[in-house]
Amino acid sequence: MNPGNQQKGTTHMNTPAIAVHGLRKSYGGKVVLDDVDLTVNAGTVTALLGPNGAGKTTTVHILSTLVRPDGGTAFVNGCDVVRDHGGVRAAIGLTGQFSAVDKLLTGEENLLLMARLRHLGAKRSKTRVVELLEQFDLVDAARKPLATYSGGMQRRLDLAMTLVATPSVIFLDEPTTGLDPRSRHTMWDIVRGLVADGTTVLLTTQYLDEADELADRIAVLDGGRIVADGTPDELKRLVPGGHIRLRFADAAALDTAARLLDESDRDDAGLVLTVPSDGGVGALRTVLDRLDAADVEVDDLSIHTPDLDDVFFALTGRADTKGTAS
Amino acid sequence: MTTITAQRKTAPGTTRHSHVVSDSITILRRNLLHMVRYPGLSVFTIVGPVVILLFFVFVFGGTLGAGLPGADPAAGREAYVAYIMPGILLLTIAGSAGGTATTVAMDMTEGITARFRTMAISRAAVLAGHVLGNTIQAIIAVALVLGVGLAVGFRPTAGAVEWIAAAGLLVLIAYAISWLGVAMGMQAKSVETASNWPLVLTFLPFLSSGFVPTESMPEWLQWFAQYQPFTPFIEAIRGLLLGAPLGWSPALAIGWCVVIVVSGYAWSMAIYERKSVR
Repeated sequence: MNPGNQQKGTTHMNTPAIAVHGLRKSYGGKVVLDDVDLTVNAGTVTALLGPNGAGKTTTVHILSTLVRPDGGTAFVNGCDVVRDHGGVRAAIGLTGQFSAVDKLLTGEENLLLMARLRHLGAKRSKTRVVELLEQFDLVDAARKPLATYSGGMQRRLDLAMTLVATPSVIFLDEPTTGLDPRSRHTMWDIVRGLVADGTTVLLTTQYLDEADELADRIAVLDGGRIVADGTPDELKRLVPGGHIRLRFADAAALDTAARLLDESDRDDAGLVLTVPSDGGVGALRTVLDRLDAADVEVDDLSIHTPDLDDVFFALTGRADTKGTAS
Repeated sequence: MTTITAQRKTAPGTTRHSHVVSDSITILRRNLLHMVRYPGLSVFTIVGPVVILLFFVFVFGGTLGAGLPGADPAAGREAYVAYIMPGILLLTIAGSAGGTATTVAMDMTEGITARFRTMAISRAAVLAGHVLGNTIQAIIAVALVLGVGLAVGFRPTAGAVEWIAAAGLLVLIAYAISWLGVAMGMQAKSVETASNWPLVLTFLPFLSSGFVPTESMPEWLQWFAQYQPFTPFIEAIRGLLLGAPLGWSPALAIGWCVVIVVSGYAWSMAIYERKSVR
């Protein structure tokens, strides 16, 4: 396929939209990316999850040709990010965490500027700009200077500018950082819409719920290394910690229950019993049935399912100690 | 064989090359819109030279004019207006480089420039948009300063041909200096320091034949004044507008412009690619 083709859906199913192997980058002796591998299939959303300074933005900047890698290879839509700038640039759109809008122009002028630079032609430019203003709920603010825009509006305009030419691969670098909850949900809806249209999205985030909400795959980046890579469910399975927590009125009840549930963990002081569980209803029913049969009263019950928080802290905590050792 | 190489040459490059001109115009339009909407910097580039003009003419003019070779001591001020006007026009162009550098440095810190770099836009187009915008700005400033000069007694003797030649040369110089301004703005580490380098340019008209004849300077300064670009710039404009002997100055002026454009272009292209987002 012609790498310069701006139409989406032209990527071969067997060519990944993004293919990264052994990517390395350091700034003045400080290693930012250390042997990063990443594959993103066309038409999927991958989240690059990690704390500040993990190397998320550097990865995105390398993939969008803003930064040259020190080593390794990176291909976007089959184009080498070092050797074929033009091919990559024709296929991608980037919305960074630093807003890439022209603050001295109005929203409409910003979009028209993009349309002209994407060579859509006068007529097509106008209709595309109107389309985007409507889609991103910016019609009322279209002719106002950006100084009057809220953070959420600027972010929406930023993304709209990225989408002027319908790129086939979009990089969203922390798209919701600093946004209020409502703008955040609007942004999520927009991303879901993009994916429904077949766009490939690589988004970086430090929010676990965001990755969980949007991504088909999550790559956890920490200290410049990918420490885990998989579907949200696969990652959750990596971490034990799902359990049912039972509290009893007295020590006798706790004793009985502890004998009934062999794998449990007791806390005599708090009269609490912790039973490992996958968080499913079946497991819960089994536990309650056994206690019922023995006539044990449960004072209080809570279910704790492993979430990405557990995954994140388990993985990055381990990676951190590794990092300081080497 | 021939056809294959020919095709190879056009295939990946065509889109980028054929759009350089239209992209330059798009960026130019954007920069002009900035100037119209936020004219603060543009006003500054006009006010500076005008203040210096009035200061030199009305404070120093009487005495300095009387000291000009062959001047009538009684009409010193009128003679001095004629003498420094070319220098003031060049000072206006030199001063505009400071504005150019500041806008470029501001632009480099804006995310929009990073966005341009992720798009299939040629580097030359982004830079050319800046250069053309600032050339236009400098020319408008020169015209306004010239207007003030005429109001305070500048009386050029040029005919239509000389006027056209002088205008053409001023445009060329403004274009060349804009490339330097763009490069300096790119080189600057921050917006605050962006106008430091171009400040050097605004000293050059003073260290030339712009305000006093170079013969009145100490020998070492004379040597510098004679060989720096602003002397032929000023001599050529003076010759065209006031009928002073031209000599080699037009050729030297054009030569300097070519040198400045080429080096400014190479300098800013190199930095543009190297400079990454934060």
